[in-house]
Amino acid sequence: MYIDEQFQLKAKEAMDKEGAIGPDVDLSAFDPAPLPHREMADEDLVNLPEEERTQLLMAGLDVTEKERGGTFLQMNHRAVHCHSSQEGIEVLSIQKALEEHDWIRDYYWKLADVGTDKYTAAAQLGLHDGYVIRSLPGRKSVYPIQACLYMHEDGMQQNVHNIIVAEEDSELHIISGCATSPHLKRGLHVGISEFFVKKNAKITFTMIHNWAEEVVVRPRSVARVEEGGLFVNNYVSMKPVRSIQMYPTTHLVGKDAVARFYSIVVGSPGSEYDLGGRIILKEKGNRAEIVARTISNGAKIIARGHLVGEVPDIKAHLECKGLLLNGGVIHAIPELEGHADGVEMSHEAAVGKIAQEEISYLMSRGLNEEEATSTIVRGFLSVDIPGLPPQLQAEIDRAIEESDKDVM
Amino acid sequence: MLKIEDLQVRLGEKEILTHIDLEIGPGETHILFGPNGSGKTSLLMTIMGYSQYEVVSGKIFFKGKDITHAPIDERARMGIGMSYQRPPTINGLKTRQMVNLCAGGEIDGETLAKRVNFEEFLDRDVNAGFSGGEIKRSELLQLMAQKADLMLFDEPESGVDMENISLVGNTIAELLEKHPQPSRDRSKMQAKANRTKMGLIITHTGYILDYLPADKGQVLYNGKLSCVSNPRDILNCVGDSGYKECVRCISMNSFS
Ligand SMILES: Nc1ncnc2c1ncn2[C@@H]1O[C@H](COP(=O)(O)OP(=O)(O)O)[C@@H](O)[C@H]1O
Ligand SMILES: [Mg+2]
Repeated sequence: MYIDEQFQLKAKEAMDKEGAIGPDVDLSAFDPAPLPHREMADEDLVNLPEEERTQLLMAGLDVTEKERGGTFLQMNHRAVHCHSSQEGIEVLSIQKALEEHDWIRDYYWKLADVGTDKYTAAAQLGLHDGYVIRSLPGRKSVYPIQACLYMHEDGMQQNVHNIIVAEEDSELHIISGCATSPHLKRGLHVGISEFFVKKNAKITFTMIHNWAEEVVVRPRSVARVEEGGLFVNNYVSMKPVRSIQMYPTTHLVGKDAVARFYSIVVGSPGSEYDLGGRIILKEKGNRAEIVARTISNGAKIIARGHLVGEVPDIKAHLECKGLLLNGGVIHAIPELEGHADGVEMSHEAAVGKIAQEEISYLMSRGLNEEEATSTIVRGFLSVDIPGLPPQLQAEIDRAIEESDKDVM
Repeated sequence: MLKIEDLQVRLGEKEILTHIDLEIGPGETHILFGPNGSGKTSLLMTIMGYSQYEVVSGKIFFKGKDITHAPIDERARMGIGMSYQRPPTINGLKTRQMVNLCAGGEIDGETLAKRVNFEEFLDRDVNAGFSGGEIKRSELLQLMAQKADLMLFDEPESGVDMENISLVGNTIAELLEKHPQPSRDRSKMQAKANRTKMGLIITHTGYILDYLPADKGQVLYNGKLSCVSNPRDILNCVGDSGYKECVRCISMNSFS
C-alpha cells in the first residue's frame, strides 16, 4: 500500500494543476459522487430501451455481441457487465483488478504520470472504474472486444482508468466507445489509458466518441511498444461535444516497433477540439505514422502531431488534412523532431475547402451538387487502416455514414 | 443532335472562343484539331457546362433543348459525357465506386474494366497517381458506365502507350457504335443509319482515325472554327505546312 500512498500524495499535489494545453475545466461544476448501478446480465443489455441501445451502438457497442469477443460496459461510475468469450483474453473492471490481482500493480500508473494535471489527479483521488483488458502470451483475439463507458446522469463526472496489455506474441483488437444517454446534456469524462504492447504483440484500438453538446472530455493516454510490436490507435468523433483535449503519447522502446494513429473528426458549431498524437521513436527500425482528417462545420479544431526520432534508421510520417465546410477554425500544428543523423521524417498538412473542380467532375458524371459534395466528404474521411479487422472497419464506416446526415 | 450557334465564350477577362458554329447530327463523329492554346479544351468544357467558361453570346442546343445555361449535372443526365485530359483526383473514392456512380447504380465493374485492361485499378482512388495513359483508360471506363449519347473526348490517345492505343481506339469506336454488328434482319448500311451516338474528339496525332471513321474534321484556330473538311486531309495539310498555312489554304479551298 506504500505505493498507493505515493500516488495519493502526488495526486493531491496536482489537484489544482491546469492542463498543459486546452481550455481549463472547473471540476467543481460537475458531480463526482458515486451513483449506484446494478450489475447487468446479457438479457438486461438486450432489454435496454431502444434509444439507449442506439447510443451504445453508435459508440461501437452491440448488445447482441455479434462478432464480438467480449464486452465491458460501465454505466456511470461502475462496471455493470464484463466478460470474455475468448480463451486467453481477459476482461475485468479495474476496481476488481486492483482488489484481487497483484499483477495490475506492474501497470497501474506505470506509463501515465498521476501528477500530470488535475485530471490525472482526479482519476487517482476519485477513481470510479474502468477496464482492464489483457491477452495472454501467444493468444490472438479473433473478434474484437467491445468496451463502452456510458454516462447517464446529467451533470455527472466520470473518472476512469483503463489498462490494456498484450503479452508477448499476442494480438488484441478493441473497440472502445464513449457515449451519453440521450437525456444527458452536461458532463465531464476523465479517462486514463495505459497500453502495454509487449514483444511481437499487436494491439489495434479503435475509439469512437459519441458525446453530447455540453460534455467536457479529458483523456490522458500513454502507450509503450516493445520490440517488434505494433500499436494501431484509431479515433473517431463525429458528434458534438463542448470541449475535448487529448494528446495520446506512444513510446516505441524496442527494435522494429511500429505505431500508427488515425483520427477522423467532424466538428460541429460550438465544439472545441484540441487533438494530437505524439510518437517517440527510440530504437532502430521504428516506424510511425499519424494521419488526421478533420472537418469543421463551425467548430474550433486544433490538430496537433508530434514525431520525435531519437536514433538513426527510423521512419515517421505525419499527415494532417482539414476541410472547412461551413465556417469554424482548423489549426494544424505538425511537429517533427529529429535527434540523430539518418532519421527520415516528413509531414504533409493542408487545410482548405472542397475543390470546385472535384464537384464539377462528379456532376459531369450525373451527380447533383449535393451528392457530389457528400461523395467527396465521405472520400476525405475514408482512410485505409492496414491491419484493422473488418468488423472495426465496418464500425468506422458506419460512424462516417451516420455523420453524413449531420454534415450536409 | 448538338447544335452550337455563334457561340462566344470568355474565361476570366480573356475571350477564348469567338463565333463558334457547330452541328453534330445523330450518329456523327467529328474530329477537332488545333494548335496548343487554341481553345479546344475550352470548347469541350463549355459544352459540358463548366460555369467559369462564360457564354457571352450565342446558344447551345442539345436534343432540341436550349442548354446554354443548364448546370453540368443536368447536361450529364441529358446524355452528355466527357473524357477529360486532366481530371482531378478524388481521394478516398475508389474507381469501383466511381463506376457505379457513373452508371447510376451497382454494375459489374469488373467485366467493364476488363475491356480497358483496368481491373487492377478498381480499388484505387479515382485518378490518384494514375499515369497519363491510365487516366485515359479510367475516363473511358467511366464513359462506358455512363452510357452518354454525346461523348466529348479530350486528347484520348495522348500519353497512351503503343500496347494500349488500339485498346483505346477500339473502345472509343465501340462507344460511338462504329462497329455495328450486321445481323440477319439488319444490313451494315442499316445499322449505320440507326447509329445515334455522337462524338467530338480532340486529337493532335490523328492515331484515333486508324480505329474509327469520322464524318468531319474541324480546325480551331485563334478561338474560331476555321475550316471543315475530311479529317485525313486536315491532318496531312497540318503535317505538311502547319496550322497557319493549313487554315488559310483550306478556307480558301472551301470558298472556291
Ligand atoms: N484556368 C485558366 N486560366 C487562364 N487561362 C486559361 C485557363 N485555362 C485555359 N486558359 C487559356 O485559354 C486558352 C485556351 O486554352 P485551352 O482551351 O486549354 O486550349 P487547347 O485545349 O486548345 O490547348 C489558352 O490560351 C489557355 O492558356
Ligand atoms: Mg487542351
